[in-house]
Amino acid sequence: MADEKTQVAVVGAGPGGYAAAFLAADLGLKVTLIDPAENPGGVCLYTGCIPTKALLHVAKTILDARDAPDWGVEFPDPKINIEKMRAWKESVVKKLTEGLGQLTRQRKISYVKGNARLLTPRSLELEKTDGRKGRLNAEHIVLATGSRPGAIGGLSFDSQRVMDSTDALELSEIPETMLVVGAGYIGLELGSVYAALGTKVTMVEMMPGILPGADRDIVAVFERRAGQLFDSIILNTTVELKEQKQGIRAVFKRKDAENSVAVYDRVLLAVGRKPNTDELGLENTRVQVDEKGFLKVDEQRKTDEPSIYAVGDITGNPLLAHKATHEGRVAAEAIAGRKSAFDPRAIPAVEYTDPEIAWCGLTETQAEEEGREVQVAKFPWGASGRAATLGRSDGLTKLIIEPASERILGVAIVGTGAGELISEGALAVEMAALASDLALTIHPHPTLSETLKEAAESFYGEATSIYRPKKRRS
Amino acid sequence: MTREIRLPEISENVDSGEVIEVLVSEGDTIDKDQSIVELETEKAAFEVPSPLGGKVTEIAVKKGDTIRVGQVILKIETQEREDREKEESTQEKKPSETTAPRKPGEAMRAEETAAIASKESAPAQEPLPASPAVRRKARELGVDLRELEGTGPGGRILAEDVEKRAKQIITSSQGTPTGARTGAPLPDFSRWGETEAKPMSGVRRVTAENVFRAWVSVPHVTQFDRADVTELERFRKKYAKRVEDAGGKLTVTSILLKVCASALKRFPRFNASLDMEKKEIVYKKYIHIGVAVDTERGLLVPVIRHADQKGILELSVELTELAEKTRGKKITPDELQGGNFTISNLGGIGGENFSPIVYAPQVAILGVSRARMEPVYTGDNFAPRLMLPLALSYDHRIIDGADGIRFIRWIAETLENPLMLVFEGGE
Repeated sequence: MADEKTQVAVVGAGPGGYAAAFLAADLGLKVTLIDPAENPGGVCLYTGCIPTKALLHVAKTILDARDAPDWGVEFPDPKINIEKMRAWKESVVKKLTEGLGQLTRQRKISYVKGNARLLTPRSLELEKTDGRKGRLNAEHIVLATGSRPGAIGGLSFDSQRVMDSTDALELSEIPETMLVVGAGYIGLELGSVYAALGTKVTMVEMMPGILPGADRDIVAVFERRAGQLFDSIILNTTVELKEQKQGIRAVFKRKDAENSVAVYDRVLLAVGRKPNTDELGLENTRVQVDEKGFLKVDEQRKTDEPSIYAVGDITGNPLLAHKATHEGRVAAEAIAGRKSAFDPRAIPAVEYTDPEIAWCGLTETQAEEEGREVQVAKFPWGASGRAATLGRSDGLTKLIIEPASERILGVAIVGTGAGELISEGALAVEMAALASDLALTIHPHPTLSETLKEAAESFYGEATSIYRPKKRRS
Repeated sequence: MTREIRLPEISENVDSGEVIEVLVSEGDTIDKDQSIVELETEKAAFEVPSPLGGKVTEIAVKKGDTIRVGQVILKIETQEREDREKEESTQEKKPSETTAPRKPGEAMRAEETAAIASKESAPAQEPLPASPAVRRKARELGVDLRELEGTGPGGRILAEDVEKRAKQIITSSQGTPTGARTGAPLPDFSRWGETEAKPMSGVRRVTAENVFRAWVSVPHVTQFDRADVTELERFRKKYAKRVEDAGGKLTVTSILLKVCASALKRFPRFNASLDMEKKEIVYKKYIHIGVAVDTERGLLVPVIRHADQKGILELSVELTELAEKTRGKKITPDELQGGNFTISNLGGIGGENFSPIVYAPQVAILGVSRARMEPVYTGDNFAPRLMLPLALSYDHRIIDGADGIRFIRWIAETLENPLMLVFEGGE
């Protein structure tokens, strides 16, 4: 096959890659997008965000039905048809990835099904899934190969019973018992799904708390409900696994207590992710990699090789689809000659459990660590009319505010629908809004979004729905 | 006793500089006024003298550091008496705390923070209060947000603040447009061969920004002329020795300083600046003339003050000294400021003629090239005459073509007939 030529070659068609490819095409560049999957989508659509959220929606429906007797409606115990559930999940994935395939064709982007490896800073060796090989010369290359579940040394071993997040999403069965190793967002979300489907789920976390990074008062609200969902959450503990006939034997180890042992039908390993950089041919370029294997990039997401950009998980934390998408767009603009830069003030993080947890910008924990003086304004959902009508007063909205300027530096929300609410917080932080900007914006009643407005009002000691003697402006 | 040597006030609007070289070592015994570090600021490179003599006990800066006014450069052990030390040490402690060194980006000094807090605006901590759209606009216009004070609530930087700053950068030569004027994005040169990128020196950066700004904001006209300097050259040779004995060099440039000073008095518009915002012409009642000096680190323009009040001998000596100081990196930023007009003589190197760029906010510049012996028609035959090419570039917004010719003609005629200098009196 003769060498092909393109202006921009994008390796990897996840949210970072396809966003870069689409925008580059929209900016008039000739684009080739390379990915082994049938259509663009990446981990996010095939084995990450989207299928997880589809299943979490199922879980939420089951859990809501459990609450319904309190409202005077009784449902019989749910009957789970796992094949149908899997098919529904797959139909969602198919619909969205096919949509992306169509958008790719509409933009006249050449889609190469296969893998690519850098031969030089401006050329790629293509290995198509049909076995054909080729060489693609490109003026610019965007690397967006993402990450994969990263097993911590010794934990992973070849067993049907030990799963990573991809395996767990396959929904091959609903086990009776399951141990989830790692209480970060992946472990908590998938653990929630299985727990709602009837599995007895035990969470084990090495750190002293779940969801490292989130403020503890926010996590506490979550734990009150999650405590009922999970069999147990074991903290400060590491685990050793061994396959036995009846299941996986787990030995729990913690410093201040005796080892304990339990056996589980299944184990889900949710302990971090590793960047997919080993097979990229980086050794043929000047691209620099940090000690964790993430690629070093500048503000425009350009690597140390001027023709090569990198976006998404391979550039490091946070490993989130929306961060990758933004980076992809920044890189595409930079390639097209625009003065773009990746300079977010607030990358929202959302934990799609029930209740949801979402935060963006500065957290209270971070402010404390940095010794930065902030004021925190909170609004507990017990005072929210909308939360009451949903039977979900378990929530908290809080604002991290710079005292002198009254500027909103961070927002954290726990409660049902927090993931949808956080965008207003992200906008506030990005716009450098003041607490009064939120307080003086009319929010519709009754909604959960009012909790943001009321939290801002409470900063001034003037919230309508809570009485709190004035701390400021006395 | 141990004394701290701090970076003194360098000049107005300059509060920091980069250490190019540390000129002393720990353990050295230094004299008062001995240079201790070589510093480069946005405006100049120069050596910082020590205000005290003594033994260097500690050097607190290193090559490449950016240091601020008030920052400790080094500590020396002086020969002063112990009992004085006790008296002073208690007094000295206090100021040293508030003027502690601050690296760029570090938290502000206590008094600055206090001042800002009382203004109710935000501390200049990252992140800067500006929306994503405003940040994008700033990148596109080449405006550094850190240089802006937001006028929005809580010190928020608004799109209008960025636009205003961008306009200032374009129209005023007093701005410091970091990151501005980058022009079209560069192609990736490594496609065609090996490259090496080196950071611009401070002098280069400032020159680049200044000439760019002048080029885009000043509508230039260059008027060429020639002066017959045959007689003048005879005079120059005759009196060269006398000037040399006085410690200077009698050059075409030093003579031109005198001639231009008279010309500027006669044509005050050439000694003015334009304030487009206020729609005013600012006439200066003093005659300070800059002379372009070619140095290792680039073009620098030291300024001779009150050139009209000095004779050619004095001007020659002063110019020689100033040029040496400039090349020897001893010039201070103050000596590079305040010029009303500039002379750029490239004749020493060669070439035919060139059109200089006005050193805005000045409004005119005289370019001088190498004098050549030429056949000049004298009415009945050709005579060999030494002709000096002159080029006057001026800001056409304030100077009309006719004025330009009158000005350069006057200079040429005066060079040909120096009696013109005293012909009309009133000097």
